[in-house]
Parts: sequence; C-alpha cells; structure tokens
Amino acid sequence: MKETKIFEKPKSMIDVTTHYCPGCTHGVAHRLVAEVIDELQIQERTVAVAPVGCSVFLYNYINVDSYEAAHGRAPAVASACKRLLPDSVVFSYQGDGDLASIGMAEIVHAANRGEKITVIFINNAIYGMTGGQMAPTTLVGQKATTCPLGRDPKLAGYPIRMCEMLATLQAPAYITRVSVAKPKYTIKAKEALTKAFQTQIEGKGFSFVEILSTCPTNWGMRPVDATNWLEEHMMPEFPLGVFKTPE
Amino acid sequence: MAKGRVGVNEERCKSCGLCVAACPMKVLRISDKINKKGYRPVEQFKEGCIACRMCAITCPDVVLEVFRLEDDKACNA
Ligand SMILES: Cc1ncc(C[n+]2csc(CCOP(=O)(O)OP(=O)(O)O)c2C)c(N)n1
Ligand code: SF4
Ligand code: SF4
Repeated sequence: MKETKIFEKPKSMIDVTTHYCPGCTHGVAHRLVAEVIDELQIQERTVAVAPVGCSVFLYNYINVDSYEAAHGRAPAVASACKRLLPDSVVFSYQGDGDLASIGMAEIVHAANRGEKITVIFINNAIYGMTGGQMAPTTLVGQKATTCPLGRDPKLAGYPIRMCEMLATLQAPAYITRVSVAKPKYTIKAKEALTKAFQTQIEGKGFSFVEILSTCPTNWGMRPVDATNWLEEHMMPEFPLGVFKTPE
Repeated sequence: MAKGRVGVNEERCKSCGLCVAACPMKVLRISDKINKKGYRPVEQFKEGCIACRMCAITCPDVVLEVFRLEDDKACNA
C-alpha cells in the first residue's frame, strides 16, 4: 500500500495545544488563516494584530510577527503598521465584543479610510473570555449572563450586522460573511480569507471577513449542538454572502 | 472510491466530537483511552475511510492527518 498524506498541520501554525475550550471554532479560523499564509507564501512578511478576548494568545499559535492591541484598537494598530511597512501583509483578528462593542470607532474609521489591511472578525454572538455577557451581536431572545431572560430589543436593541453596515462605506474593497459551522461552509471560508489577503497584497484596499463561529462553553452546549445552533439560528440572522468585492 | 486512513495526534485531542459528526462514513469514535490532559482522544475504529478530509477540516485543534491509500500495483481507475 502506498500512503500519500493529503492533510496536515499548516507550516505557519505552531505545534502546541491551544487554550481554547473543546470544540471552539476559533481553532478552525486560526488553522484557515495559517493555511492561507502558507499557500500565499507570505509568512515572512505577515504581521498579526491580536485582540482582547479569547483569541488574545493568537501569537502563540500562528507563527508570524505579532502585536497585541488594547481592547478594540487592533484596526488602529494595524493601520499604523501597514502605513509604516507597506510591503507587509497586516491583519487583525478580533471577536465581536472587541470589534463591534468597545472597538466600534476603530473598525468603522479604518474601513472608511480604506486602510490596506485585512480584518478577520469572529462573530460568536457573545463575550467568550469574560464569561458569556451579551454582545452587540447577541441574537434577540438569546440568553447571556447580562440578559438571563434573553436579549430584549426594547432594552438592548437588535444584533448589529457589521458587514452590511461597513458595506455602506465607499472605501472598503472586500467585505464578506462566512461560517465554520460545517465543513462545507469552512471550505468557502478559506476561499474568502484567500481573497481577502489577495485584495491586500494587490493593493486594492480594505478587506473584511466576518466568520460566524461557536462558543460552546458560554452558549452552554455540546460542541456538535453548538455547530447546529450556529447553522439554524445565527446563519439566518447573519446571512452569508459577499457585500463588497474589489473592482 | 478512494481509500484512506486518519492519523490521530492523541495528545492534542479534546474529545469535542466534531470530527465524529462530520465523517460521512462513520468510521470515527471517541476512544476509551485518556490523554495527558484528561481527554478521550478520537480513533478510527474500522475500515471504510474514503480520504474525504471532512474530519480534518472540521477539527479545531489540528489533531487529524489524512492519508490516501493506493495499491502499489493496481491502478485505481
Ligand atoms: C478596556 C477593557 N475593557 C474590558 C475588558 C474585559 N474584556 C476582556 S475580553 C472582553 C470581550 C471578549 O469578547 P469577544 O471580543 O466577543 O471575544 P471572544 O472572547 O468571544 O472570542 C472584555 C469585555 C478589557 N480586557 N479591557
Ligand atoms: S469561552 Fe467560548 S470563545 Fe472562548 S475559548 Fe471557550 S468556547 Fe471559545
Ligand atoms: S477522511 Fe472522511 S471518511 Fe476518512 S475519517 Fe475523515 S471524515 Fe471519515
């Protein structure tokens, strides 16, 4: 029998166990980013900006030069890095608490300036790291520690759809929403990440990939149930698609 | 149909079960072993893997490697 290896850990991923909870799809998103960095052969010139949130230790897992930004400020740090080192490939990786709550100003203005960076936005509809508080993306009726009876739109408004909002701006080049709920979506998510990095490399402008992701721990679900919940409840509320595409 | 097998990095596995659910051929299960972190790693418990990679694509911890198997002499056409 001849054996051919057809799947292995990407080279730019560091060979350690992550601190993520079992079944948390942050790990899937990390692997996709590392696969794309390998395939585009950009490891040496890529710079990551990690957020505050569960993915704060991104730099322990993806083997590229990295910053760790103050909460929500990753797009500002990424903007500065890209302007000073225009040949680098700069991406931020941010949760929904980080990007859509405390960091709302930074993301909107970086997008509006058309910074030539890539923003990877992990939307898991909750604050993971701090123990499951309501996020701007929490679904109506979804329970969180700060809305134990479920999000009430009369008190807390409705889930913010970041892609749709940023797509109203003129400057951004590529805006898309993908999911990692099931392998069939994950394959598409990787294509989107590839296109986002290519958009930056080709100097076409700001690229934004929202990845719908699970938080089994704070959703209070088994990992498989969490991927089903993501598909059944989050994906209708946050439709997948391309909202802006480079000329 | 292609033939395959998976390799399991047992110490990395967290028993989340996403690969077990993703496998169309149902050849994976959570084993009875226990790794150093206290998790029960996944195992391929029977033949029938078709090397589709769905398990590896869904794994958040890069636990799995997938191999395609080919007979040395026979061509697979
Ligand atoms: C200035 C500041 N305010 C608040 C916090 C507390 N804090 C840490 S992580 C976090 C939110 C994390 O949620 P999210 O961005 O959705 O990421 P996840 O953990 O779900 O991946 C908050 C509010 C902080 N570290 N710094
Ligand atoms: S708390 Fe949620 S987002 Fe954070 S590692 Fe655990 S499952 Fe993932
Ligand atoms: S490669 Fe496909 S058939 Fe083989 S174990 Fe993985 S999911 Fe199952």
